[in-house]
Amino acid sequence: MRIELQKRARVSTLFSILSPLLALALTLLFGAIMFWLLGKNPVSALYSFFIEPLLEVWSLHELAIKAAPLILIAVGLSVCYRSNNWNIGAEGQFTIGAITGSILPVMYPAWHSPLILPLMLILGMIGGALYAGIPALLKTRFNTNEILTSLMLVYIAQLYLDWLVRGPWRDPQGYNFPQTKGFQIEAVLPEILSSGRAHWAFIFAIVAAVALWFMMRFMLKGFEVSVLGQSERAGRFAGFSARRMVWFSMLLSGALAGLAGISEVSGSIGHVQPVISPGYGFTAIIVAFLGRLNPLGIIASGLVLALTYLGGEAAQLSIGISDKVSRVFQGLLLFFVLSCDTLIHYRVRLIFAGTKTAEAKG
Amino acid sequence: MTLSEGPATVPLLSVRGLTKLFGSFAACNAIDLDIAPGEIHALLGENGAGKSTLVKMLFGVLQPSAGQILWQDAPVTIASPGEARRLGVGMVFQHFSLFEALTVAENIALSLDPKISLARISEEAASLSKAYGLPLDPQAHVADLSVGERQRIEIVRALLQNPKLIILDEPTSVLTPQEADRLFETLFKLKAEGRSVLYISHRLEEVRRICDRATVLRHGKVTGACDPSQETPASLARMMVGSDVAEVHRDNTAALGDIRIEVSNLSVPARTPFAVSLKNIAMKVRAGEVLAIAGVAGNGQGELFDALSGEYPVAEDEAIRIRGKAVGRTGINGRRLLGAGFVPEDRHGHAAVSAMALSDNLLLARSQSDKKAFLSGGAFSVIRFDAIRSATRRICEAMDVRKSGEDPQAGSLSGGNLQKFIVGRELDRQPSVLVVNQPTWGVDAGAASRIRQALIDLARSGSAVVVISQDLDEIFEVATNIAVISEGRLSEAYPAGMLTLERIGLLMGGIHESHSIPETAHAH
Repeated sequence: MRIELQKRARVSTLFSILSPLLALALTLLFGAIMFWLLGKNPVSALYSFFIEPLLEVWSLHELAIKAAPLILIAVGLSVCYRSNNWNIGAEGQFTIGAITGSILPVMYPAWHSPLILPLMLILGMIGGALYAGIPALLKTRFNTNEILTSLMLVYIAQLYLDWLVRGPWRDPQGYNFPQTKGFQIEAVLPEILSSGRAHWAFIFAIVAAVALWFMMRFMLKGFEVSVLGQSERAGRFAGFSARRMVWFSMLLSGALAGLAGISEVSGSIGHVQPVISPGYGFTAIIVAFLGRLNPLGIIASGLVLALTYLGGEAAQLSIGISDKVSRVFQGLLLFFVLSCDTLIHYRVRLIFAGTKTAEAKG
Repeated sequence: MTLSEGPATVPLLSVRGLTKLFGSFAACNAIDLDIAPGEIHALLGENGAGKSTLVKMLFGVLQPSAGQILWQDAPVTIASPGEARRLGVGMVFQHFSLFEALTVAENIALSLDPKISLARISEEAASLSKAYGLPLDPQAHVADLSVGERQRIEIVRALLQNPKLIILDEPTSVLTPQEADRLFETLFKLKAEGRSVLYISHRLEEVRRICDRATVLRHGKVTGACDPSQETPASLARMMVGSDVAEVHRDNTAALGDIRIEVSNLSVPARTPFAVSLKNIAMKVRAGEVLAIAGVAGNGQGELFDALSGEYPVAEDEAIRIRGKAVGRTGINGRRLLGAGFVPEDRHGHAAVSAMALSDNLLLARSQSDKKAFLSGGAFSVIRFDAIRSATRRICEAMDVRKSGEDPQAGSLSGGNLQKFIVGRELDRQPSVLVVNQPTWGVDAGAASRIRQALIDLARSGSAVVVISQDLDEIFEVATNIAVISEGRLSEAYPAGMLTLERIGLLMGGIHESHSIPETAHAH
């Protein structure tokens, strides 16, 4: 017996829309089974994981804080992936953006000026873009695989950050803790509302998502992205350059990841430390796909994935299981999103050797 | 239920009521067919008539939805190509499945029992190819071979299994007339040995010449069975198409105008190891002229198109001039802005993106040349969907593009209709220069005659048209002048009336007449 995937003649529109929801439902189901196997009551575990964080104002603020970097990074990645450039290194661009954006408050802690924050954000974007430019350069020059190069650069960025805060950037008055001085007040990204911690990064994320949605939907640039993503040859016929698209998409997604990085450091943490991200750059890949690479869908999926982070923290406290559970949920979700999408486009056929095969019925 | 009286002997292969459904679409609908031992049987039909589906079922690639296959009067189930081979069916596909980096013998070995040694395969292949007049060197690398030679590998590979029935899918579409003649001799030899041949083609002349019987398919059904030598090409075409095909009209009285496209000393190195380099190409096309470039596939047609269109600009700016302006280093949109239009060979993924709507595919070719009409918002380049949709409608009406829905995906159109749209997309601009590569490749007869007529009409209205084609019938139908490309060299252009099929065949094989040699020499 063997299993074959056969392309469907037509794709059901209904199920294309339902697919992310279906994936979500399957994730919950398997999550419940996992809790049950761990000896917990699945209903109350799921409740404290997914519902409780939504019931209080402070945790809604936390949700916005966690969703902001996910959305910012994922909308950039969606443009990349639509154009067939596979930037897997957003985590590294996030880290470098956080570092370059922090140059001003760390090196000039006495500079008090309203200019400092915009400059930090711009420096963060430049840093992230330049770091994403490395795989772009390698791809356009030497035809290297950007999946590998961008991924490997993540670890370089993380170790560089680690060295920086343990070495040259360490706060001399910090009792040898590996972290920088706290940022001056002008260098901290302000809160949106007085009711909680959520800061401007969430606004940036929504603006970026809407702007990129407009670009992909209505502008020639968005058309260029989708044409080159589907057929480089047709793009060349249209006069679009695949090489320039590598640069455009990588620099754009790198800049947005860098913006997310400096926003996170400036708005949520307030100083630089060895670990500044619970894997936002990688989780954003799931966010991008769960949102069907559509910037508006990514806003919704970013909130869902942010909830798994919050739920993980909540589950740690209330039912006493490891926060690795949130990783498991993210993994399950990605798995089901991709498999639902596969089944929308393909039908599974079991082929039994020797017997007449069952024919496709409509 | 057979339409013709069956032969007295037991047929080698019979097919009864064979049906193949894809969803609710019947690609083959209750097909009946008998192939007698020792006959060359033609399977005629337009693209999409169901020929390929039928032979894929006979070769075990597809499984029928209903109906029966009888092998020497015994019902059989052919579950895989391996079983078809064991039964005695050999197949030569239209698109070869060969590894270019391997040798002939290695390629043959891949389809055989892995226990047989390479030396034995070489030996057998050599002796077979000698016996059937298919000269072939087992040690040669496939990449170095011509298309005709590659086809011989496929035939030898099929013959090594000692088949009783050999299926050939459009074998002559890649051959010069001389190479085709050699293939026919091989087929007659096979026939003389009592083997049967199922010969798939849409070339009526050669079917009349070599086939004993013919079965004609249209829309998945058998529409006729006949003795092709008793029919005329027109009567066969009627069976294939279901109606008379419009003849292409032209008048040769039109005067030629100024030079619109001029190529001189164009040499382009090969981009990949398997590409062809262009060597010293020169040509001139005037307003009102159709220059047809004939040649066997893979002799530099695609590379010439890339250079002319500017998809891959060339190093020498002066090598290509469009309307007097040097454009060698200008990209495709710069050339479009000078009034040039281009139709590449491959519809899917080159001329059009299959998963995108027709209107998007219109924008694909004309985003810069029709910037004023299709874009607004200045630097933001916001797409004006309404303008593009109405232009799409206009093109579909002008070219009679049949489609389902208002603005369907390009991939959902049949080959002929999509090609009409792609050609219409350029004609709609009234280009003063049009370069077309294989305008009617894989297109049904009705659409093909419409496209050819449109090309002639465009030239008559004062444009210069370059048609690169492998189809000699098409070339004689549309050309004012004919040049032949072979191994990246372009012959000089001859008036269409001066060339015979034989002479083109010689040029296609790379044999240039002696007087053209000093001419190319002093061009250096």
